[in-house]
Order: sequence, then C-alpha cells, then structure tokens
Amino acid sequence: MFASILQRIGQAVFVMFCMTIVIFIGMNLIGNPIDLLISPSATPAERTRLIAEFGLDQPIWVQYWRFLVGLVQLDLGTSYIFNEPALRVIMQRFPATMELALAATFLSVLIGVPLGLYAGLRPYSPVSRIIMTGSILGFSLPTFWVGMMLILAFSVQLGWLPSGGRGETVRVLGVQWSFLTLDGLSHMLLPALNLALFKASLILRLTRAGVAEVLPQDYVRLAHAKGLSARRVVFVHVLKNVMIPVVTVVGLEFGSVIAFSVVTETIFAWPGMGKLIIDSINNLDRPIIVAYLMIIVLLFVTINLVVDILYTVLDPRVQFSKARTS
Amino acid sequence: MPVDLADPFAREAEETARPLRSFLRSYFQSPGGTFGLILLVLIVLSAVFAPLLSFQNPYDLLQLDIMDGQLPPGEVSAAYGFPYLLGTDDQGRDMYSAILYGLRISLGVGIISATTAAVIGATLGLIAAYRGGRVESVIMRLVDFQLSFPTILIALMILAILGKGVANVILALVLVEWATFARTARGVGLVESRKEYIEASRVLGVPAWRIMLRHLLPNCIPPLIVIATVQVARAISLEATLSFLGVGVPITEPSLGLLISNGYQYMFSGMYWMSVFPGLSLLVTIVAINLVGDRLRDVLNPRKDT
Repeated sequence: MFASILQRIGQAVFVMFCMTIVIFIGMNLIGNPIDLLISPSATPAERTRLIAEFGLDQPIWVQYWRFLVGLVQLDLGTSYIFNEPALRVIMQRFPATMELALAATFLSVLIGVPLGLYAGLRPYSPVSRIIMTGSILGFSLPTFWVGMMLILAFSVQLGWLPSGGRGETVRVLGVQWSFLTLDGLSHMLLPALNLALFKASLILRLTRAGVAEVLPQDYVRLAHAKGLSARRVVFVHVLKNVMIPVVTVVGLEFGSVIAFSVVTETIFAWPGMGKLIIDSINNLDRPIIVAYLMIIVLLFVTINLVVDILYTVLDPRVQFSKARTS
Repeated sequence: MPVDLADPFAREAEETARPLRSFLRSYFQSPGGTFGLILLVLIVLSAVFAPLLSFQNPYDLLQLDIMDGQLPPGEVSAAYGFPYLLGTDDQGRDMYSAILYGLRISLGVGIISATTAAVIGATLGLIAAYRGGRVESVIMRLVDFQLSFPTILIALMILAILGKGVANVILALVLVEWATFARTARGVGLVESRKEYIEASRVLGVPAWRIMLRHLLPNCIPPLIVIATVQVARAISLEATLSFLGVGVPITEPSLGLLISNGYQYMFSGMYWMSVFPGLSLLVTIVAINLVGDRLRDVLNPRKDT
C-alpha cells in the first residue's frame, strides 16, 4: 500500500512539474514579457538595463530555472498593480473566497439533502416532480445568469438584500470574516445561494438516488417490522447510509466550488481570489495570474491526491494500476 | 402503409427498412422533445437569417442613432421609424437585432467547438479502445487528468495565457470537452472490439484504420450524438460565462454573454431590458438544446428494449 501511495505522490509531483512548464511557456513565450514590463518610452540604455535586471537576456532554460527556484521559495514576483508580492496579494483574498465556498457548501447540503430525501420517499408526488424539474434547471442554468436574476429580484426590485461587497467584517485570528455580523451575513446570502445552486442540485439527485436504493433493503424493512417509528427509520437507518456518497461528493466538489466562485465573486463584487484573477487578466497583471494558476493547480492536485490516498487506505481493493472501467 | 407499432416484428422490419422514419416517429412521441426541437429549429433559423429578420445591422455604427440610447422596449426609432421591440442599449443599438446577431456567435462557437471536440475525442477514444496497452493508458490518463479539473478553470487558464478572441474561446472549449467524447468512444469501442466480427476482420487483414472507421465508429455514433447535443449547450453556457467575465469573445463580435455583460451595469438603474432579454434568449436556447438532448438520449439509447 505504501508503495502505491508513494507512486501516487510521485505522480502528483510530476503533474505539478508539468504544469509549471505549461504555465511558464504560456506566460513567457506567447506573450512578450519585455513589452509588458518595460514602458515604451524607456531609453535604449534603460531598456537594456531593465532586460538584464529581469533576467530576460538569459537563455530560456535559465529563465525557467529561476522561475522554478522562485516557486520553491514562494517568490512569484511582484504584482504590477498592487506593487506587493503576488502571493501575498492572493493570500489576502483567500479567506473571503474560503468563507464564501464554505457557506455555499453548507447551503447546498441544507437545500439538497432534505429536498432529495423528500423526493426519494415520495417519488410520485407532484411536489417531487417540481423538485426534480428544479434540479434540472439548477444543473443547466449558467451560474452567472442565476446570480444576475437573484440581484435583479432581491436587490434591485425588492431591495431586501445588498447586491455586492462583503459588508461589515469582524477580525478574528488576524482575518476578516463576514459571517459574524448581521450585515456581513446579509451580504453573503445571495452569493452563497448562487454558488450553492449547482451543488445543491447534485446533492439532491444523489440523495434521492440513495434513498431509492436503500428503501427496499432488508434492514430498512426489518426496522419497520420491529416497530420503529417512521421518523426513526428515515433519519437513522436511511439517512445515515445515504450520507456516505453525499459526504464524498461534497469533499470532492469543494475544489470546483472554489473554481466557480470566480463567476459568483465577479457578479457580486465579492473581494476574493476569483474576482482578483478576472481583474488581473483584464489588467495583464502577469505575476498574479501565474501565482493564482499555480495555487489552484496545487489545490486540485492535492485534493485529488488526498481522495486517492483515502480510498486506498479505506478500501484495499482499490489498486492504482486501475482496472478497466466503463 | 401504416405500420402497427405494437407488433414487434412489424416494428423491427420498419426499423431496418426505414431507419430515419422510424427514428423520427419515436422521437416525436414525446411532447417535450417535440417542443424543444421546434424551438431549436426556430432559434437556429433566426440566427442564420439574422440579417433578414433584424431592423438594423447592430454593428454598423452608421445605422445607430446615439440619441435613441437606453430606450425601453416598444419605443419607435426617430430616424428610421421601426419599433425597438426589446429596447436599445446605451449606444442606441436595437436589442432585438443585437440578440439575433449575438445568437449567431453563441451558436456558432458552441457548434464548432462541440463538433471539433467530438472528432478529436472520438478519434482518440477509438484508438485507445482498439490499440489498448500503452497508447490507451496514456490517452486515458490525459482524460482522467482533464476531467479532474472543473471546466471553467481550464478555460480560464487557457484564456489567461492566450488572451480573448473567438478562436481562443473555441480552442479552450475544445480542450475542455474532448475528454467526455474520448471516454464514451472508448467505452463503446471496447465493447464492440471484443465481438467476433471485429476479430474476423482483423484475421482477414483489414487495416486498423478501416476497422475503426467502418466498424467501431458507426457503433459510437448514437451515444456521441447525444453527448454532442448536450455539449453544445454546455459550450454555449460556458462561452457566455467567459464572455460575461470579460475574458471571452471581444467586443467586436458580441455573443449573448457579452450582451448580458454590457447591459449588466444598467440593470441597477432599472434598465433591465439590456441584460434580461439576451439572458432569456440564452436560457431558452440552452433549455431547447437540453430538451432535444434528453429526447435523443431516450430514443438512441441502445438499451431501451432490454
């Protein structure tokens, strides 16, 4: 088992390494850094000096090596716009994104599990039909469109909730949090709901499928037969077993919640990493883009690695040589 | 000659004799699928004939009247006399015409990217299924790797590197979508290549490309069509998202997503029509494609009889 875990870690490191090459090539060969870094009004002498200073006169592999060394030392360059280390700029925005993603995950479970349970227990009721149709819409509607409609309905027309920003924050452990104030919570509700909608539909369908699978099982029938109340059967015997895949998916999909927060943050002007990357792309702020891409790739490689390792530890039948599937 | 569909023999005979007609017959049995298809045909037609159906070319600046900017739906153009059915944007552009032209870009990007992804994905998937071994494991590792990242992230990464532009968006969408096709093609190809007639062709010395093209590919077509339909909708939705974020198509070739984005800031001052109408068009398009895709899945599913 340890050999396969080591092999898997090796693969993850290899993937990270490949991504550094892809990102480096993309950033340095496709866009010309000299034009971006040096103002066109610079004198030729100044230009030469700056090229030497940024190391752009070196052969490409030397530049790549420097990039790699910088990466290992957590030095990803200085943002052109903020004039601060790119990594620090991103890390300042990280808690806001994390807070939104956690709130969205929480909401999606809160919406998805009860509705899925209902639709699974009463598959033929008209309410279940409405729930299932709603979940199809939750899958197919573009996130930004739903966010826009939420703003139009609740902020512009009804004026109940603010349309953007984080609201009042409280500083705990050196980080600003919105969820501790009423104002912050009211700012968080719409974006979290927007981000949660897709995941809620997914969890809803999983829960419903799980209920449909568990209900005819013998242990559920036994629980009924020995006279347990319907409530106890549903909430203890059924729900417990249904929750296993739900928890797995919630964990697996957390990375994609962070990825999709790019959209939600832009619509709701939520000052997180996602809004930062869109602004940076528009401002051609290269160090921020590179740092963001590296962090996200690292995040995903880590999530996949942890899930794979947990699977091997929990289920010894899983082999990394991977039998042919589907 | 009327065919009694309850009689399995008559039905099977019909299916072999007239595959298209029997396919259409079972397709139109569902009201949802029929409605979706009619809607989709109307949408495609209005995109194709946009110049004939619109009152102005929304991107010919000479035809725009800046004095007509920000008019609500129903106002009449002072200079030309036609009504602004869906209002105008900040530059006096007729939203109705802009939506028709925007549909062209959205549909075009969606269809081109999904078709390209289907061709690339199916080719790689079939090669993986037929060759097996190292080739297969390399291709399938790539598929797994690609599918482990959320679509929007891959697209964002590519556009961050290459910059905006219609061609770059299409490239990004192809890179996002090929893996789904590859996986399906491999799945079907794997089942098929174990059958005896494939073995017989191999023994007879039929070249590999011919087996893949003439025997494996036709079997993959039905599931690939279903996936392609759904992927067109996903591509349109993703393109709209990217354009809304400002990293998709450029301002000179505005898709529905960019129209929504342009009108978005005016929504807060109550001028809802600039973004809501393109938004509704996007929505109806996506829903129509999904309805058709769902119906195709039901009709083309080879396991429907078992």
